[in-house]
Amino acid sequence: MTLSLALEARDLSQLPSRRDEDWRWTDLRGLIRELPAPSPEVSADLSPGPFGDEGQAELLVVNGRVWGDVGLLTLAEGEARVVRLRFVSATAATGHGIKLAVSLAPGAHLTLLESYEGQAPDYLADATLNVRLETGARLERIVLASDHAEGVSVSTASVSLAPGAGFAQTVLTDGARRQRLETRVEHPGQSAAVRMDGAYLIADRRHADLTTAVNHAGTDGTTDQLVKGVVADQGRGVFQGRITVSPGADRTDARMGHHALLLSDRAEVNAKPELLIFADDVACAHGNTVGALDEDALFYAQQRGIPEAEARAMLTEAFIGEVIDRIVHDGAREVARAWAAKRRVG
Amino acid sequence: MLSIKNLHARVEAAEILKGLSLELPAGEVHAIMGPNGAGKSTLSYVLTGRQGYEVTDGTATLDGEDLLSLEANERAARGVFLSFQYPLEIPGVPAMTFLRTAMNAQHKARGEPEISATDFLKRAREVAGQLKMDFDMLKRPLNVGFSGGEKKRMEIFQMAMLSPRLLILDETDSGLDIDALKIVADGVNALRRPDRAMLVITHYQRLLDYIHPDKVHVLAAGRIAATGGPELAHELEREGYDKYARAA
Repeated sequence: MTLSLALEARDLSQLPSRRDEDWRWTDLRGLIRELPAPSPEVSADLSPGPFGDEGQAELLVVNGRVWGDVGLLTLAEGEARVVRLRFVSATAATGHGIKLAVSLAPGAHLTLLESYEGQAPDYLADATLNVRLETGARLERIVLASDHAEGVSVSTASVSLAPGAGFAQTVLTDGARRQRLETRVEHPGQSAAVRMDGAYLIADRRHADLTTAVNHAGTDGTTDQLVKGVVADQGRGVFQGRITVSPGADRTDARMGHHALLLSDRAEVNAKPELLIFADDVACAHGNTVGALDEDALFYAQQRGIPEAEARAMLTEAFIGEVIDRIVHDGAREVARAWAAKRRVG
Repeated sequence: MLSIKNLHARVEAAEILKGLSLELPAGEVHAIMGPNGAGKSTLSYVLTGRQGYEVTDGTATLDGEDLLSLEANERAARGVFLSFQYPLEIPGVPAMTFLRTAMNAQHKARGEPEISATDFLKRAREVAGQLKMDFDMLKRPLNVGFSGGEKKRMEIFQMAMLSPRLLILDETDSGLDIDALKIVADGVNALRRPDRAMLVITHYQRLLDYIHPDKVHVLAAGRIAATGGPELAHELEREGYDKYARAA
């Protein structure tokens, strides 16, 4: 059951619903009563996306159609580049999906600056990425989701790594009417390294779902995950993080942290951190907290002269800053910092 | 400078201050001593405008201006500074960033121009030097992982940078060993000026060996139960607070 299948088959019954355990907090079947018309082809004459002119090349996907060279996502041995990948939903009340492959040959190095841009309300958008990293290849993926408040959007990345490959991602979102950003990683261990971070800043009645699953199949793999969120108004944040350590995946080192701030009585965070460990000799840890902004710290800042609204913004920005500091690409880190400053919620 | 008249305040349903009156002239240092639960911390929070502390009667003015109707940050901009008993840790915000934000907010509230990054840095180096502080400490997130002594020194640093008119020191001696206490006291003493007043809140007389008060007030059961010179602190050290607690 996926949005992608439902759009392809034009069949509502293919939509995931709350009866699917993995979708219980992001119900699409209950939300979507009829499938919208397929999105039209529109010209790709667009202003710059959230990453501006960072990187060397841009691949544009508008209403599910590729404008540009998909070859940008295939890197030969030892090749390195920084690519902006922009998914734009441009037409109201229509639906579209796209499948793309990202392939890195041994030793290749890609920085992917991926954005989801909603320019009109009520769209239904699906993006599916299949990512393969060969030995020693490295991918840093920075996702900035700026969907429309009334858009519905699902992005699913399936990542498979060869031994010694490195995959790092940071997903930043301010939600949508319904939005899910999902990443699944097949982790071979054997010195492959994964970092899967995220930050959500949600206000109004928006919804964002960060779902991740990492399966450690071999020995000596690492996964490091830090997700932080701030939810105000009647917003809702969902974090589902699953790390599986398969039988025999000894000496796996996996750490997961999810921490959220609720800034209003009606804000909601649903968190399901899972560590499923079927091997003996492992180092695994997880921490999950949901709380309010520290009133003592708030008063401390006010007592030094900082007005309340500014103090709140400073503290929430600092809270999210820990995630942003971990972004490796300098330009993307600055874009992310500016994003967090602008999307101050509460 | 600071004038408190018949102040009544409560926290939730409990009345903590019950008619407290106090005059603190410019240039003077007054100590407030009292047993646990007498209302010492409540007094500092009421004066600085912490939420949850409700004033039910009385007045508090700074140079004639009503303090109680101002927001906490507005009081800070008027020159009220509270040195916290337990300074807060602010992860993710470097001490310098925090202080510069505070300074500029105060300047803005007073209609003064913002301080430039260069001027700020220059002044910060100067003050850090006077307090014998490691300048690199100011680049770290505020108070995160600092020892008790370092946190108190950071309070003195902020105090010296912000140059307030009314300093309230809430149990500044708690958690300090004797060396740290001397450093903090030296820092406070260096800030004494004819146009500045200090209220030193403490449970023990120890701090007053280093910061010499002009007057000592005994706070018991929400009121000033006695006022005297420095000798009163020594008497309290010998005899305890019992007679004031009983009288209240």
